[in-house]
Amino acid sequence: MSAIRHETAVSTGRTARVFLYLVLVLFALFYLLPLYVMGVNSVKPLPEITGGNMMALPRAWTLEPWRAAWSSAQIGVQPTGLKPYFLNSILMVVPAVAISTIVGALNGYILTKWRFRGADWVFGLMLFSCFIPFQIVLIPMALILGKLGLAGSIPGLVLVHVVYGIGFTTLYFRNYYAAFPTELVRAAMIDGAGFFRIFWRILLPVSGPIAVVSVIWQFTNIWNDFLFGASFGGTSQPMTVALNNLVQSSTGVKEYNVHFAAAILAALPTLAVYVVAGRYFVRGLMAGSVKG
Amino acid sequence: MSPPTSADFRTRLQDWLPRLVLAPSFATTLIFVYGFILFTVLLSFTGSKMLPNWSFIGLDNYVRLFKLQHWHIALKNIAVFASLYIVICTAIGLALAIFLDQKIRGEGMLRPIYLYPMALSFIVTGTAWKWFLDPGIGLEHVMHLWGWESFSFGWIKNSNMAIYCIVIAAVWQTSGFVMAMFLAGLRGIDNEILKAAQIDGASNWQLYRRIVIPLLRPAFLSAFVILSHLAIKSYDLVVALTGGGPGRATEMPATFMYSYTFTRNQMGVGAASAVIMLMTIAAIMVPYLYAELREKR
Amino acid sequence: MGFLEIRNTTKSYGPVEILHDIDISVEEGEFLVLVGPSGCGKSTLLNMIAGLEDITSGEISIKGRVMNGVHPSKRNIAMVFQSYALYPNMTVGQNITFGLEMHGTPRAEREKALAEVARLLQIDHLLDRKPGQLSGGQRQRVAMGRALVRDPDVFLFDEPLSNLDAKLRVDMRTEIKKLHQKLKTTIVYVTHDQIEAMTLSTRIAVMYQGYVQQLGTPKEIYDTPANVFVATFMGSPAMNIIPAHVVMREGVPHAKITDADGNEVLLRFSQPNLAEWDGREILLGIRPEAMTDPEGADRQSANIQTLTNRVSVTEPAGSDTFVTMVLGGKEVVARMRADALVRPGQRFDFAANMEKAIAFDPKTEKRIAP
Repeated sequence: MSAIRHETAVSTGRTARVFLYLVLVLFALFYLLPLYVMGVNSVKPLPEITGGNMMALPRAWTLEPWRAAWSSAQIGVQPTGLKPYFLNSILMVVPAVAISTIVGALNGYILTKWRFRGADWVFGLMLFSCFIPFQIVLIPMALILGKLGLAGSIPGLVLVHVVYGIGFTTLYFRNYYAAFPTELVRAAMIDGAGFFRIFWRILLPVSGPIAVVSVIWQFTNIWNDFLFGASFGGTSQPMTVALNNLVQSSTGVKEYNVHFAAAILAALPTLAVYVVAGRYFVRGLMAGSVKG
Repeated sequence: MSPPTSADFRTRLQDWLPRLVLAPSFATTLIFVYGFILFTVLLSFTGSKMLPNWSFIGLDNYVRLFKLQHWHIALKNIAVFASLYIVICTAIGLALAIFLDQKIRGEGMLRPIYLYPMALSFIVTGTAWKWFLDPGIGLEHVMHLWGWESFSFGWIKNSNMAIYCIVIAAVWQTSGFVMAMFLAGLRGIDNEILKAAQIDGASNWQLYRRIVIPLLRPAFLSAFVILSHLAIKSYDLVVALTGGGPGRATEMPATFMYSYTFTRNQMGVGAASAVIMLMTIAAIMVPYLYAELREKR
Repeated sequence: MGFLEIRNTTKSYGPVEILHDIDISVEEGEFLVLVGPSGCGKSTLLNMIAGLEDITSGEISIKGRVMNGVHPSKRNIAMVFQSYALYPNMTVGQNITFGLEMHGTPRAEREKALAEVARLLQIDHLLDRKPGQLSGGQRQRVAMGRALVRDPDVFLFDEPLSNLDAKLRVDMRTEIKKLHQKLKTTIVYVTHDQIEAMTLSTRIAVMYQGYVQQLGTPKEIYDTPANVFVATFMGSPAMNIIPAHVVMREGVPHAKITDADGNEVLLRFSQPNLAEWDGREILLGIRPEAMTDPEGADRQSANIQTLTNRVSVTEPAGSDTFVTMVLGGKEVVARMRADALVRPGQRFDFAANMEKAIAFDPKTEKRIAP
């Protein structure tokens, strides 16, 4: 969303342009289709789905599926709805995002402005940790969480997400601070500011954009995580695990409308972030994949 | 002459402070990433079942792993899934990026639409596509209602075809992101090069074929690395979309590892499968990250 | 003992030594310029004085206090950076007083010091702006204000004018000189621009490949360069270096050179001890302004030698006309009066002021002292 408009030197004919627009619009429909299906069917009564057309607009609008998904749907053995799991997710996401972002900022600051021998190696090791398949750490992590008494608890999930999140946050801040003139840090040193003061007074006030990128990335990743939540959630499962339990449950009638409402509820926070701050979201995606 | 050192306390503290502040992160990474990897590797050489036990049995777990029918299915599935997923995502991403780069009106509206699935959880994606592809209520049902009685689309219930459903959902989720990567690459190309090529008489097709696509090499590389990494890790989507089924038809290494370790109490075999996954990803990521970091310095 | 003393100082990165045995003593109130091409080690030396780089061996002291290992903020120095290094998130006023704040100066005193400096530099009206809203020249002033307000023992300038356009650079140069004359502070100033070095300094250290090639007043450096590097680096256009044979005529050493057409030219030296070089080769150094049209020759000189040579290129520069010709197989530049009637391809008379000529040993490239 931030790309600069530029003049393409390529010119295209009239029929070619019609074709272009056709393809682009068709793909837009392809991407929107599941969202439409979820949205439309989450406000239909169940018989209208099973007996009717999934693509059709509802004949009788109802918010009942949303209410059920939120507060009374059977998840696991309890008819609690998603509400308690939503709370779990919030309690897990907020501290995990805050801690990993702050730690990442400090790490990035050190790795660019206080370089020491071996700094590149330290960074390389942290960076690779972002890309490991987490299956490789599942078993020892389960054991350690058990030993620490954090198994199946929110603090345990926060710990897991912080540990495996600081690689990315460090990457963001490191690449951002690398472009920040080192002369400013030197000037502040001569002015008498120390390590923390330089960070607090000089670096942090200009870190807004990258902090937003880091927060959004971490928020999206942690909110959407399923593997850790399912493995270590225990009684404090996050939203994604609850949604999966709801959808996969084999007892009773399949309440598709409730499932769709629940799916939207699970997607809502990250979608909202995307709508509000999509520019930063894209920047985070790119920085996480390519260079900074 | 030896260096005279009369550094005052504050200066020495300032020298050590950065390393002190970095130390916890580094230690955490060493333990929770590299220590854990070592742990899992060691575990894969033991006869652990439900709990770790340290009776070393050499390579037995790996031998058993590669004799298991399930593991072969998982490997075949990941091969089919990863290659289709990478090729289709790249093709769609590149095409959309090139199309969008033609001074398209409404680009600002189309781009976010292409990209938004990336903000969703794979569990949400899986749920949405699970019902959309379900012949009972989804696409097939809709086509029948619209009068196309002979239309049949039951891949998700078909052991041979279910894996392609996972490809569809995964492509839906990430192809927009690949588009954004290519678009950024396209916008980074110096426009004067394109003008020069046109003056040299290149047609549009030749222009892209001979000039633009070769210049997008870095974007191709990044896309390949990211997509293959996502493919090998894919777990959530399979769980939500097919649960590994029908039967075991859509088993992947990630789901295999989870079920052998935590539900079938074959921890040694599970660890061995995780090690294989790590080695595959490392073979792709390490050279890539190494090159990226080299380039920076 | 000097005010700022740099004794046998070296700097190495791993096994590579990049500064070799630097020895400079600066008196209070001096304006020392470190000049040299990029990579000569001048900025590293400045950073070592500031404490931003540590000293591999040797000693740096300010006011008799050894500074090795002392934190930059405890050295009572101030520095103006090439990029100005203004904190982008602070106003001009906050930028200037940040150092005082860090050192615990009470607010009232800070305000007073700020007002004084702002008046001195005429930036009163800018105090509430952010650095992003300032022009290059204004930023430069703020950076100087930040240094001045600290009232330090030594000012360090790291190429402070190199980011300004040509006109502004000249103005700011004058301004810095005025400031130094008024405040009588000790300054160490790094630049690669030899004109800045000549105009600003009380003394110059010319650096090349990690060595101080010559340390002296601008006049010493210009008139009696220690070696070929200093001779050609300082001055624009650069000093002509012409290979010549020393021959004796009537007991006086002469330089024997071939002109553009292969004719022999003899120029009498004013330096009697060159008799020792009889029959050997030397390098004759002569600045463009010592090679003129006969009418423009220096009347004070006791040794003007004339020669005729074919002109290859003329470059009228308004105030002067620069003439290029081949002498001793090298291109040589002469500086003529603007209205000298020279044409390329023609032979023309030149007057060489041999009093200003310098002889270099072709092996060591060092000056042969009279």
